[in-house]
This record gives sequence, structure tokens and C-alpha cells, in this order.
Amino acid sequence: MALVAEKGAAVPAHDPMLPRVARVRKRQRDLADVWTLNLEMEDGEPLKFAPGQFNMLTVFGVGEIPISISGDPAQDGGGLVHTIRDVGTVSGALARLGPGSAVGVRGPFGTSWPVEEAKGNDVVILAGGLGLAPLRPMIYSVLANRKHYGKVALLYGARGPGEILFRAELEQWRRRLDIELQVTVDHAETDWYGSVGVVTTLIPRATFDPQNTVAVVCGPEIMMRFGAAALRKAGVGDQSMYLSMERSMKCAVGLCGHCQLGSAFVCRDGPVFRNDQLGSLMTVKEL
Amino acid sequence: MEGLERIVREHPFFAGLKEGFCQLISGCAKNVRFEAGQYLFHEGQAADQFYILRSGRVALEMSAPTRSLTIQTLGEDEIVGASWLVAPYRWGFDAKALELTRAISMDAACLRGKCEDDHDLGYEMMKRFAPVLIQRLQATRLQILDVYGTRS
Repeated sequence: MALVAEKGAAVPAHDPMLPRVARVRKRQRDLADVWTLNLEMEDGEPLKFAPGQFNMLTVFGVGEIPISISGDPAQDGGGLVHTIRDVGTVSGALARLGPGSAVGVRGPFGTSWPVEEAKGNDVVILAGGLGLAPLRPMIYSVLANRKHYGKVALLYGARGPGEILFRAELEQWRRRLDIELQVTVDHAETDWYGSVGVVTTLIPRATFDPQNTVAVVCGPEIMMRFGAAALRKAGVGDQSMYLSMERSMKCAVGLCGHCQLGSAFVCRDGPVFRNDQLGSLMTVKEL
Repeated sequence: MEGLERIVREHPFFAGLKEGFCQLISGCAKNVRFEAGQYLFHEGQAADQFYILRSGRVALEMSAPTRSLTIQTLGEDEIVGASWLVAPYRWGFDAKALELTRAISMDAACLRGKCEDDHDLGYEMMKRFAPVLIQRLQATRLQILDVYGTRS
């Protein structure tokens, strides 16, 4: 399978199998079980990355897991930000690390969002749940270079009003007049004044030219599958749709095979895939 | 009436409908408006109309003993209500305007009668309602799956 990586995707400057030490500069609670860590490399050499890439983060003595980078790639030294849901042993240990704690960092790894390819086109950013975190660097890049893009629509779905990620930032983006932002939740009580319904219902309501649109999609796999179908129905071609896949990544350099998806390794050939190259892989059970 | 006919003819839901059918349907239509907080209908009431939203937003709500839930919100160009299609023609939820909402209200008994009289019209209506129903069924399935909460 030939898979497309954004040409600007960064590669590790150091031995990719050897963790570098970073320190937690800031820890912020986003949701009840979601934390954002701002890291700083201990050796002072910033870790350059492209939107959509991930790092392998180690809590020493506990373990290592892949985490997407959720910071601003243009922010000098300060963009090494990871947003983590406390769902397991390592993610829980990461979420509990306070300022000054040591973290092992390998990366950045993988392909990136099509920031360059999207220039000159409308951009639809379709995010579900914590999938907004890997898309945030793309949003920063697009907004920082706004004049290079056509219409920009950010369509975000969350489980409920209390589980809307990066709420303050979403409110900031909504105040901008050059981006269309729509938020919906799956479940709400009647005191919620916003939209209720799955994120795919936002697509027909958004304004974009499907023939000249690049769509980026991130969220739970089933949400991405339905999101891609809804985008296709709206007229966006599979070759203009990019999805970020998630599998159990271990080595992160395409050696161990833990993250195999069909003939691809998600760590090396992804996590960002163009939808025409994913083909029907997402509909194959237990793949 | 001419204004209503034009609205019906130009509405995406009726796109491609023959002129004669547009006239028939317009005979069952009227313009309505709802203030924010006003209910279009309540659960259990007779489903004697459905609505084509022109502007504003509507929340579909269901009440449980301890709380009220919004199950879906609908906006411009969307359809509110399908219970008028199926006996016993009773609403299965409440519908409340979230803001000033303008809509075309369709008299269900009138439209059902015309569809019975002219099955071609009935088939055209079914071809338009079935995709809406399937889309909402799929969306409901996704809501039930509760897909968020696993990505890290």
C-alpha cells in the first residue's frame, strides 16, 4: 500500500529508540479525566514536529504509550503539548505528573495533516471527542496562515456539554469572523441551548465547496467512518479526506508490527492516512 | 398561496418535485412562527401536521421521571416530525422552539388524503421522507453507541 505522508512531516533528530528526557512545565485539567501536559526538553533542544504527529511518552518505571501532540508547532519550544485521557496505567501515571517531573520522549513519529496540500482550498475539520487534540496543531497552523485557505469550518462533536474539550479556545475561535465553528453534543439535558445530534449532522449545515475542499477527520474510528461517509455524500472526494488512525503502537518506527493495519503500519505509514488509501480497511472487523 | 407555492417549490426537501405536486402540497401548507420557548407539539398529542423549518432552531425533547433530555436539535431546511406518516399518528416526543422559528406547517390529514388519492404523489413523499428517517436512525444508532471516551 502506497501511503501519503505530508512532505513536511518531521523525523526524530536523535536515535528514535532512545527516549530523551523532558520535564513537565505545566499541567492543566481539561475535563474530569483529561489532562494537558506542557513539556520542555531537558537538553534545551526543542522537538520540532508537524501537525498530526505523535510522540512516545514514557513514565519511568511504569511504561510507554503513544500520545498525539496537541500544541502549536509554530510556538518556539512551547508547542510540545500532549493531551491525555486517564484510561490506563501509563496514561493515568502521565496525567498525575506534576510540574518538574521527568518524562521520556521519543519522536516525533508518523505522517502529518495536509497543511500544505490544503492551501488554496476550503478546509473542513471534523473532530469528535478527544480527537480535537490531534487536530489542534492543524487548526493553529491554518489560523496562523489564514489567508492561504478558503472557507474554514471546524465541526466538533462531544459526548455532552460537560465533555467539550478546549472549551475556552473554542469560544475564542468562535469569536473570529473567518472560521465557521459548530459544536454539537450527543446527549444533553434541556438546559443545554446548543446543538444536539451526532457530529455528522453538522456537515450538511456547513458552508464549503466540496469540489475544492480538504477534510481532516479525527475521533473514535466509528465516528470517522460515518464522518467520511457523510463528507462523501456532501461531495468531498476520498482523495481529499484525511483520517488519523489509532492502533497499539509500540516501537513507533515500523519494526514490531503491533500497529499493523492491513499492509500498513500506523506508526510509520500513519497515523494520518488519506481516505482513498485506507479503502475499505475501516469496515473490516477486528482489523 | 403563490408565496407558499414558491417556498415549497424552492425548498430542498421538495427539490425536483413536479409542478402539479407542488400545487397539491401547497394546498395543505401554511406559514407559522414560534417564539423561543414555545412548543410546536407535545408527546402523545395527535400528529396532525409536520413542519419544514425555514429559520430558527427546534429541540426534540423527551421527559424522564427525574429529568428532561434533548434528543436532537433541528435547524433551517430540516423537517420536524414523521409521526404523521404512521398510524396512530401520535407524537413520540415534545418539540420546542429554541429561538424565534419560522416554518411551513403541513396539514397531515390533508396531505395523507392527497397521497391516498394520488399514489404517485404518495411515492414522491415517501422517497423524500425515507432518507430523512434512515439518516436519523443511523444518527440515533451512533448516539446509542456512545462513541466518545476512548481516544487517548
